[in-house]
Amino acid sequence: MALPKLKQEATDARLAEAVLPDGPAWARAAREEALHRAARMGLPHRRDEYWKFTDPSALVAVDSAPAEVMDDDDALFEGAGALTLVFVDGVFDSDASDDLSGAGIEISRLAEAQDISWARDLYGSLELAGQTPVERPLAALNTATATDGVLIRATGKADRPVCLRYRRSAEDADAVLHHVIRVEEGASVTLLETGSAAARLSTVTEVSVADGAAFHHVRQQGRDHGRRMNTHTFARIGAESTFKSFTLSLNGVLTRNDCVIEMLGDDAVAHVAGACVGDGEKFHHDDTVFITHDALNGESRQVFKKVLRNGAVGVFQGKILVKEGAQKTDGYQISQSLLLDGDSQFLAKPELEIYADDVACSHGSTSGAISEEALFYLRSRGVPESQATNLLTLAFLAEALEEIDDDALADDLRERLAGWLDRHAG
Amino acid sequence: MLNIKGLKVDLEEEEKSILKGVDLDVKAGEVHAIMGPNGSGKSTLSYVLSGKDGYEVTGGEATLDGVDLLDMEPEERAAAGLFLAFQYPVEIPGVGNMTFLRTAVNAQRKARGQEELSAGDFLKEVRARAKDLKIDADMLKRPVNVGFSGGEKKRNEILQMAMLEPKMCIMDETDSGLDVDAMKLVADGVNALRSEGRAFLVITHYQRLLDHIKPDVVHIMSEGRIIKSGGPELALEVENNGYADLLAEAS
Ligand SMILES: Nc1ncnc2c1ncn2[C@@H]1O[C@H](COP(=O)(O)OP(=O)(O)O)[C@@H](O)[C@H]1O
Ligand SMILES: [Mg+2]
Repeated sequence: MALPKLKQEATDARLAEAVLPDGPAWARAAREEALHRAARMGLPHRRDEYWKFTDPSALVAVDSAPAEVMDDDDALFEGAGALTLVFVDGVFDSDASDDLSGAGIEISRLAEAQDISWARDLYGSLELAGQTPVERPLAALNTATATDGVLIRATGKADRPVCLRYRRSAEDADAVLHHVIRVEEGASVTLLETGSAAARLSTVTEVSVADGAAFHHVRQQGRDHGRRMNTHTFARIGAESTFKSFTLSLNGVLTRNDCVIEMLGDDAVAHVAGACVGDGEKFHHDDTVFITHDALNGESRQVFKKVLRNGAVGVFQGKILVKEGAQKTDGYQISQSLLLDGDSQFLAKPELEIYADDVACSHGSTSGAISEEALFYLRSRGVPESQATNLLTLAFLAEALEEIDDDALADDLRERLAGWLDRHAG
Repeated sequence: MLNIKGLKVDLEEEEKSILKGVDLDVKAGEVHAIMGPNGSGKSTLSYVLSGKDGYEVTGGEATLDGVDLLDMEPEERAAAGLFLAFQYPVEIPGVGNMTFLRTAVNAQRKARGQEELSAGDFLKEVRARAKDLKIDADMLKRPVNVGFSGGEKKRNEILQMAMLEPKMCIMDETDSGLDVDAMKLVADGVNALRSEGRAFLVITHYQRLLDHIKPDVVHIMSEGRIIKSGGPELALEVENNGYADLLAEAS
């Protein structure tokens, strides 16, 4: 089927500039296939079903707009004892990074990958599976053009977390990273991500979690004001496995986080959560989540909280799909926004699609202002208005942060949030 | 201490006059009680004094130690030494009671140019005061007033009062909904705070509380005015005969 004219033009323009990195034959093949995929689907347009609330043109455009580099010497997660891998403007910095063999798991760079059989089977395959029923062409473009990333395979319990620390040096860096993670049966690993990677960043993270395995993911997205990014997480999880991902976002101009999870084994657990604070009319933050239950007794949670002020816009599109036979599914979804003024906006599209009869699924979405009663109560105790507002803001976000299992990591983010609110006190 | 002259207050949203000229003079060290039928404006008076939105002062003045209260933000009034124990304490999900108390104590100290309390000193202080009020560690950890019983909420108000050490304490129906034991705890808490430099304005319907906290002056409020003031015997009269005679007498 022919693509609409504008979409075709934008797609042609971008793909004409696409450079497929060199690499082993398997990677080359995966990239070429992905490029065809992107060309066939066409890159996203505002008229697409899942881009109604978020204008993708800056993500699709051939050139990325430069964004001022913020001095973001990032100490977040430093107490986690993680094996740290540093990317500067999307390029791996081996001098600044730890030795790759230091966490008791296999780690290699995508850019240096040769014949890694487990990665060969995965690279681009979860992204491909995630293209139905909803197309995600930017992810295909990422698979085709990603210049680097990490390949992680855990066969046992990782000795320590792996932390990807993104830094920036150039105003116009346009980075494309692709990570592949495989957690083998009974194994577990925690992935941390933090920092500002580029003026425009695209990441795809493919995660395969085998039976009885666990994957934990906690990230803080770049705090530089002008940056734009789209991230995709594609997860496929097995029986009695755990997948948990949390994202904190502050600042930035445009953030679109897609998370696609397929629960293929019985008794699996999948939680995705996020907290974001947006300030100013340039701020636009979009969480788009799609969880598919395709096995018995699965438990999934989506918990998203957004604080918006001074004209900021927040979007949540979340879906729970329960396939035929996925009995005893327990699916929960909540998206809430705290609008600190009348100019800010929250757009939510919660969806449930259920083909099994013995399930418990619930979803809710709310938008509200700060409680005047609570604010006065705090002020009557001597807490100044801006401080009281911050306290109530943190309280609102607390429910999302509670989704993080590791208390120390959650405290790191809580502190980060409190600091941000203090500095931006209205 | 607290000086109110001819205070007139309307609702901001609708054309409705609530306080129609209230005069009150509470001196340091004194305890005053205000009694009066529901809807006479007692809570409104306490809210206006502490700076709640939604009211418009159309006349009169209110000062605390000579400083104009009505011109200040609520937090400034608190730092100046005014405290209101709410008739309906507010629940704040997500904010731990302990965090709330420490934030409030330190905010007031900061506003007064004092150093913040160290975490250790603060903890010691809270534990001691909480114990007196039979507030357990669990209540201190839980979010502010969330899931507290009526009595727990009121005791929590007195804990805040004890921690903040205000000079002018207004208590709005703190005794309503308390059983005898809880009332005794609250009264003991208040009596422990009584001092020469501190005054209390106790809004209540019942003589019971005033048996424990002996007032110096009792005022009867009706339809936005203080219609009669007198000694503790006035409260006894209300207890025995209700407000009918007093209201008839005033009109
Ligand atoms: N915010 C408000 N909106 C509407 N009516 C109000 C409001 N606050 C007070 N009132 C009215 O003002 C009068 C006095 O109320 P209140 O001060 O609560 O009395 P009390 O505490 O003596 O029972 C009542 O008629 C009440 O309905
Ligand atoms: Mg009242």
